[in-house]
Amino acid sequence: MSQDTPLLSVQNVGKDYGETIGCTDVSFDLWPGEVLGIVGESGSGKTTLLNCLSAQLEPSRGKVIYDTRAEGPRNIFEMTESERRLLMRTDWGLVRQNPRDGLRLGVSAGANVGERLMAVGARHYGDIRQEACDWLEKVEIDTGRIDHLPSTFSGGMQQRLQIARNLVTNPRLVFMDEPTGGLDVSVQARLLDLLRGLVTRLGLSAVVVTHDLAVARLLAHRLMVMKGGHVVEQGLTDQVLDDPQHAYTQLLVSSILQP
Amino acid sequence: MSATETLEGYNFAYLDEQTKRMIRRAILKAVAVPGYQVPFGSREMPLPYGWGTGGIQITASVISADDTLKVIDQGADDTTNAVSIRRFFARTAGVDTTEKTEDASLIQTRHRIPERALKEGQILVYQVPIPEPLRWLEPRETETRKMHALEEYGIMHVKLYEDIARFGRIATAYDYPVLVNGRYLMRPSPIPKFDNPKMDNMPALQLFGAGREKRIYAVPPYTDVKSLDFDDHPFEVQKWDDCCALCGAEDSYLDEVVMDDKGRRMFVCSDTDYCEERRAQGHVGPLGTSPGTPQAAE
Repeated sequence: MSQDTPLLSVQNVGKDYGETIGCTDVSFDLWPGEVLGIVGESGSGKTTLLNCLSAQLEPSRGKVIYDTRAEGPRNIFEMTESERRLLMRTDWGLVRQNPRDGLRLGVSAGANVGERLMAVGARHYGDIRQEACDWLEKVEIDTGRIDHLPSTFSGGMQQRLQIARNLVTNPRLVFMDEPTGGLDVSVQARLLDLLRGLVTRLGLSAVVVTHDLAVARLLAHRLMVMKGGHVVEQGLTDQVLDDPQHAYTQLLVSSILQP
Repeated sequence: MSATETLEGYNFAYLDEQTKRMIRRAILKAVAVPGYQVPFGSREMPLPYGWGTGGIQITASVISADDTLKVIDQGADDTTNAVSIRRFFARTAGVDTTEKTEDASLIQTRHRIPERALKEGQILVYQVPIPEPLRWLEPRETETRKMHALEEYGIMHVKLYEDIARFGRIATAYDYPVLVNGRYLMRPSPIPKFDNPKMDNMPALQLFGAGREKRIYAVPPYTDVKSLDFDDHPFEVQKWDDCCALCGAEDSYLDEVVMDDKGRRMFVCSDTDYCEERRAQGHVGPLGTSPGTPQAAE
C-alpha cells in the first residue's frame, strides 16, 4: 500500500446481459480515503457496476484492480475464489440497500456483528462480545439490545447494524448500494451523519451508489453520473452538482425539488 | 442368536452386487478424505427413510458371512428399530448377531456409541438423518459445498455464540459439530455430545450413511476428531447427579425414565449391554436387584 497507487483501479469495465448493456466503458481510480458517488436514474447500470466492482458479478470486459495489503495491485477476477472471498469478508464491506439482505436475521445482533470476526478465526467469546458491544456503540445502537434479533429492530437500526457488521474487521473499502433507501428523512439524516463521521474517522474509501443527489453531496468527494450504462460525466461533487456540463446531469440536478 | 435360515430369492445381504460395489467405492473415497461427504446412489430399502436406510446400505455393503452384527438404537439392543434391522440381516445374510459390543465385528448404531471402548478391526456404522453440518445456517447446497471446499466454517461458531448469548453456555447437546482431521466440518449424527470424545482417535473404523440425503462419510481409525468450542467456553459433556439405578455406573450416559404419575423417576444406562455386563459382574445400583430383573421400558 503506497500513496501513489490507487486503492481500486477500474479499467474499461463493462457488463452485458445478452443484447442488453448493463454498463460499459467504465474507468476510474479510487484513492485511499476517497468516497466516490455513483448517481443516475433507475436502470442506468449503477447497481450492475457496483456488483462488478465488488466481485459479485463477473464483468464481460475490463479489469478491476485492487491494491491488496499483502501483494499490491491485483486483478480481483484473476485471484482464486478463496482469496477473493477472504478479501470480501476482511478488507471489504458491502452495505446493501435492504438490510434484510445483508443481515443474518435468525441470530442476535451481537452474533451478526461477530460473524466476520469468527470467520477470520476469533475463538474467544468474551473478546467477540466486547468488540460487538463497541461497534454497537459506534453506530449508536443501545448495547442492551445486543442479544435481540435484528427483526425486532427498526429499519434505521437494521441499517446501522449492517454497517457495524461490515466495519468490524476494519475494511479499507466499503461498497454501499443505496444505504439510505427506504428510510424516512430524519433517519436518513442521522444515518448520513453517522456514515460521514465513520468514513472520516476511519479513513475509509467507499463507493456509494445512490439516486439521491443530496446523499451524494453529503458523502461523496467525487461523483460519477451514469445514464443507459454509460458514464456521462465525472468530477468533484460540488463541481458536477453546481456546474453540470452534460445535458442529462443538468436535467438531473434541476429535477431536485427546492424546498 | 444365530440365524438358522436365510430368505430365498434374495442376494446376500439384500442389495445386488453392483450396488454394493458402488457403495464400497463411495466408502473408500470417504475413508480417503475423512469427514468429506461423498454422494452415492442411495437405493430404495424395504423400510422407510428415517429408519436408517443409509446405515443399512453401508452395513449391507461391508458385511461378510463371517461377520458378527450388533445393532443398537439409542444404546439399546432390544428396541423396535434395532430388533428389525438385526433380524433383517440375520435373514438376508445369515450372519451371526450378538448384543455384546465386544463380540461384534460390525455395529450399526443410531444415536449412541457403545460405552465399552471399541477396538481395532471393528466397524461402527452410523445412521445419519441430515449429513450437512451447515444446513440450518445456509440452506443452499451449492453454497455449503463451496464453504466446505474453502474451509469457511466461521458460521458454525456463530451458532455456538448464539447458544452462549441465549443460554449462558453451549446448549447444543446432540449432533455437536466436530472438525475431522483438522479439515472437514462434520455432523456426528444425532449422538449426544457425551459420545463426541469417543470418536477422537477411535481404533475402530467409523462409517456414516445418510440414505435420504444420499451421502456417505467416514472417520478412519486413529483420526483426530475435535469438537468445536470457544477458548473461554471449552467443550464439555453432560453430567448427572445420579448413577445408574440398576448397575450403579457413574461413567455412562443415563436415560431418565418416568416411573409413575407421582413424579418418581429413575436414571438408567442407555447402553443396555454395558448395564447388563456390569450387573453380571455384581454391580448393583440403588434400585437394582439381581441380573435378569425386567428393565423399565423406554
